[in-house]
Amino acid sequence: MDLHFGDSKPTDDERAAVDALLGPPESSWEGADRDEMGAADLRWARGGRAARDRRDLLLPGLHALNDRIGWISEGALDYLCRRLTVPPAEAYGVATFYALFSVRPRPATVLHVCTDLACAAAGAGGLCAGIEGRLGPGSGVSVQRSPCLGLCERAPAALAVKAGDPVRTAVSAPATVEEAVLAASAPDSAPGEPPAAMAVPQAGDPSLTLLRRVGVVDPASLDDYRAHGGYTALRRAFELGPAGVIREVTDSGLVGRGGAAFPTGRKWQATASQPEHPHYLVCNADESEPGTFKDRVLMEGDPYALVEAMTIAGYATGAHRGYLYLRGEYPRALRRLEHAIAQARARGFLGDDVLGQGYAFDIEIRRGAGAYICGEETALFNSIEGYRGEPRSKPPFPVEKGLFGKPTVENNVETLVNVLPILTMGAPAYAAVGTARSTGPKLYCVSGSVDRPGVYELPFGATLGELLQLAGVRDGLRAVLLGGAAGGFVRADEMDIPLTFEGTREAGTTLGSGVVLAFDGTVPLPRLLLRIAEFFRDESCGQCVPCRVGTVRQEEALHRIAERTGAAAADDIALLREVGRAMRDASICGLGQTAWNAVESAIDRLGAYA
Amino acid sequence: MNERRMNERRKKDRGRGNYTRLTHPLVRDSRDEPFRRATWEEALDRAARGIERNRGAFGMFSCARATNEMNYVAQKFARVVMGTNNVDSCNRTCHAPSVAGLSAAFGSGGGTSSYEEIEHTDVIVMWGSNARFAHPIFFQHVLKGIHNGARMYALDPRRTSTAEWAESWLGLNVGTDIPMAHAIGREIIHAGLANEAFIARATTGFEEYKALVEPWTLSLAEKVTGVPAAAIRQVAHAYARAERAQLCWTLGITEHHNGTDNVRALINLSLLTGHVGRYGSGLQPLRGQNNVQGGGDMGAIPNRLPGFQDILDPGTRAKFESAWDTVIQPHYGLNLTEMFEAMEDGDVRAVYCIGENPAQSEADSEQAVRRLGQLDFLVVQDIFLTRTAELADVVLPATAGWAETEGTTTNSERRVQRVRRAVTPPGEAREDIDIICDLAGRLGHDWKYADAEAVWNELRSVSPDHHGMTYRRLEEHQGIQWPCPSTDGLEPPYLHSRLWEDDPGRRGTPAPFGIVQHDPPVDLTDERYPIRLTTGRRLDSYNTGVQSGGFASPLRRGEFVEISPEDAERYGVVVGERVQVTSRRGSVVAPVWVDTALRPGLAFMTMHFPDEVDTNRLTIEANCPIAGTAEFKASAIRIDKLPVATIVR
Repeated sequence: MDLHFGDSKPTDDERAAVDALLGPPESSWEGADRDEMGAADLRWARGGRAARDRRDLLLPGLHALNDRIGWISEGALDYLCRRLTVPPAEAYGVATFYALFSVRPRPATVLHVCTDLACAAAGAGGLCAGIEGRLGPGSGVSVQRSPCLGLCERAPAALAVKAGDPVRTAVSAPATVEEAVLAASAPDSAPGEPPAAMAVPQAGDPSLTLLRRVGVVDPASLDDYRAHGGYTALRRAFELGPAGVIREVTDSGLVGRGGAAFPTGRKWQATASQPEHPHYLVCNADESEPGTFKDRVLMEGDPYALVEAMTIAGYATGAHRGYLYLRGEYPRALRRLEHAIAQARARGFLGDDVLGQGYAFDIEIRRGAGAYICGEETALFNSIEGYRGEPRSKPPFPVEKGLFGKPTVENNVETLVNVLPILTMGAPAYAAVGTARSTGPKLYCVSGSVDRPGVYELPFGATLGELLQLAGVRDGLRAVLLGGAAGGFVRADEMDIPLTFEGTREAGTTLGSGVVLAFDGTVPLPRLLLRIAEFFRDESCGQCVPCRVGTVRQEEALHRIAERTGAAAADDIALLREVGRAMRDASICGLGQTAWNAVESAIDRLGAYA
Repeated sequence: MNERRMNERRKKDRGRGNYTRLTHPLVRDSRDEPFRRATWEEALDRAARGIERNRGAFGMFSCARATNEMNYVAQKFARVVMGTNNVDSCNRTCHAPSVAGLSAAFGSGGGTSSYEEIEHTDVIVMWGSNARFAHPIFFQHVLKGIHNGARMYALDPRRTSTAEWAESWLGLNVGTDIPMAHAIGREIIHAGLANEAFIARATTGFEEYKALVEPWTLSLAEKVTGVPAAAIRQVAHAYARAERAQLCWTLGITEHHNGTDNVRALINLSLLTGHVGRYGSGLQPLRGQNNVQGGGDMGAIPNRLPGFQDILDPGTRAKFESAWDTVIQPHYGLNLTEMFEAMEDGDVRAVYCIGENPAQSEADSEQAVRRLGQLDFLVVQDIFLTRTAELADVVLPATAGWAETEGTTTNSERRVQRVRRAVTPPGEAREDIDIICDLAGRLGHDWKYADAEAVWNELRSVSPDHHGMTYRRLEEHQGIQWPCPSTDGLEPPYLHSRLWEDDPGRRGTPAPFGIVQHDPPVDLTDERYPIRLTTGRRLDSYNTGVQSGGFASPLRRGEFVEISPEDAERYGVVVGERVQVTSRRGSVVAPVWVDTALRPGLAFMTMHFPDEVDTNRLTIEANCPIAGTAEFKASAIRIDKLPVATIVR
């Protein structure tokens, strides 16, 4: 596409933000001031492939501007586009795709207040109203109602982001009006977050596998990580060789924990055997399913485990570069991982010669910017590459043509971290955990109407009732949402459902990403369903018609029947079924395909609107 | 709205291309009278009389947009009916130097590669070509090449949107292409990157060439071209080290007073590196009109018979004389430029102009109009009443080459393709070939062609390069590239593979290096005319706008004189402000546009809106002595704020 620039100029601050990322421009053709460059500059312009190949720096560039200024002006966008040889019209499409960015002026501080399921059940509505009362126009803070911030164990939650150099963030959870306002107006002096281990009620339990180091090791210390068994798995991997690692992972029966449950070993084998190079590893840490926060807890509490696991995955699949696509709403996980990666690099655990084994591997963090759809693997690739995060049609599958069109293995955080015990215990011992068809330990994000919300680790096969008992389920349980917004509701009398992939499937529901949201009767079901419908309508990328139109129709219908039951709702329920079927059958990706699941289960299983 | 502004509005509408189709013949007794409608009978009789009485002083302008078949019949009309080789087309104003340069080096005047090859090459050099705008279809192939990993280099005074896709853009001074090429050649030789095996086997004159370029050090080239030495070195190494490379050029090379020399200087680089005659390596002059290649191939040029066969070759003449039952003049005819000069002297007094608009497309257009006015007789055959047609004695309404005519055209990669009739021509408009044949009949030559295919089959019988292309095969293969001597097989998509043959006999005549010297533009800049004006095209307009002006485009903004931000500041002018633009030949008033693609001292205009701003009043008729192409690309101008204090001219 050709480049058509406007006349707007960047401010010095905007220029500095972009230059801090990309370095100063070499020539006026790249955006340097024409008057300051010599006459020779008007005779020679360089660029071409080298410039266009930096397209993937568009998203980091937008972050740099948003972090420094708080929004992205036309002049700033133009300048960034000149630097990267990206048409401004396309970059505008990218900037407006993400919820965390604004292309219109707004105050430097933005307070994101979660109004999603767990927080709504914990009184987010009142909290929001209170905060908006205090931080009106002129307060210097823009208050935004946000989808799930991944802080469900401490609901209701708020995240303050204050633009500047450097950008400052503060989390308030569980939030009161007072605390949230303080976090927004003075993020530096807001009280720090509780340690990650607070989100793990089982912390310190020696029987834990995936969570055993959370709350035990110092998440900032590589040495402490190594003192607690860190990097033994990588050493084992080098002993086994890439094919040996893949064999172990295949034999362990590990399947993807992101929700699709695809066998990890098969995915790795398929990528490793691709003749085209380079291969890429992508870790999907864009945990955005409402009610999910396990990856955040892992990354905050045991960041080196992920670094090690990614190194092993890269080694097994022949990748020399790993991208960690991290949710934009996770500032602490970002800091922890940046630190961990720098430490690992400094100590030779990443870099040209990992562990002196002659294998080169490094990890680059890419921040998401508030788009649920970017958790879809191909949308995530587009996001990293600097395009709108719209899913691609499959095939070709990522193992063949993934990131930058190259063979790519993409796993989520929990899946990768499982590789460590597989290698240290050996595949047979790992496979002995859980059931025959769902092996190993599983993490659950329990929140809502329980006394001890948090991340729980149980072997596959435990029942829903056992898990909820562990979390201290409160009286008056009305329903449980399994798998988040894309999952389904089950009744309070279905506590015997075994928490395995096959068990939930047989029960007509889904395990999804491990969300277990317990609801009592305090929040009316139609309101929860509306929130879910609103979420999907908002997060639909708009690329394919069934989802773009269907999610809107679904929300409209749920609005109409919010107060109705029985015959008065029958017509709209019939419509919902038809729309839902169209979305499930014809959407390009999982978002549209599952957008009707929760509503359907509420109608059929819980008898909503009956 | 006052009268003056009403007039301006009318002119503007006209400039935006509100041409209506000609639907019946027009005639008049004298140029002072308005046209009146006539029957075909009367118009053809008048045309025949006007041409006949000027026998011996006749010139034919053929049409680069019409079919091969029409061009074949038109040149045959000139040679057989009128006994003259004075036949030419607007190829003269664009790519005649490419044809001349390529045939001097390789004996054949076509681009050597196919479009497809540019998708599979390693390095693409776009020299004097804003193909992104001027050849958007070809540029799609370039983009595919870039997508496949090719590196593109752009040499152009302006940083065009083509250049934005380049690894490296070199903003050389207008008219310094030969110093640039010679410096690249010298650098290739000195870096030991010359393809010595190819040079030894397939070329002649290398030692002379080596001596010729020796003075052109990078630092001298930097002084003359204005481009940093490092940039020149980079291009030289990229081109020479590429396993495959394509060298493409357009009018930035040819529209100079030494256009053929420029072409030779570029061809030298391909000889030096062996980037010709192999798949993916070649030379591509990007041609503009859909059939400007075919017009020349069909012999609608003064020095070649159909099939690009030299008139001076007695054997060739004999073949055509027996085929056509005529005598062919054993010397070259006048080219378009020379015919215009001959009008001045009265050596050309009648012109049969088919589908051309030289009144607006020639350099120094005032002079061109004056010369056309001096003709004893002018018959124009066109689909619109162009500015040229307005000067005519007889106007004959023809069919459009697109959609109204059966036949073939030949594109830049020498591919002959079928065009088909899809709609009925309006009113009394008739096919070009039928009109020409009717005129020939009135002048004593009873030609009968059943259809376009009959014309084509006659051409096939006299042109070995086209012999194998039957209509049925053209359809079957979706076009065939020449040469195609056999009705059985197809030749490779590129030319001159012979140069790589081991057997010297099959290798044929080696390609000579062109020993050409730098010669700066004729129209020098000085204190009175300090700005270098270069001309070119925009994406959404076509030449003088007769064919594109009728269609709306969101990009079109009319004619502007484009200058650099620095010059805008210096002259204290802003975007949209009307200024007087003056060259040594004339002056026009045009609004200002500021473009950062330009540097101080460089201005740009197009020829798309001649009724609004007649850019060719400014350009210079300094012609290439070999090919006759004028130096549209380099005029010296002055920009004055309005109102201008002193009266100009």
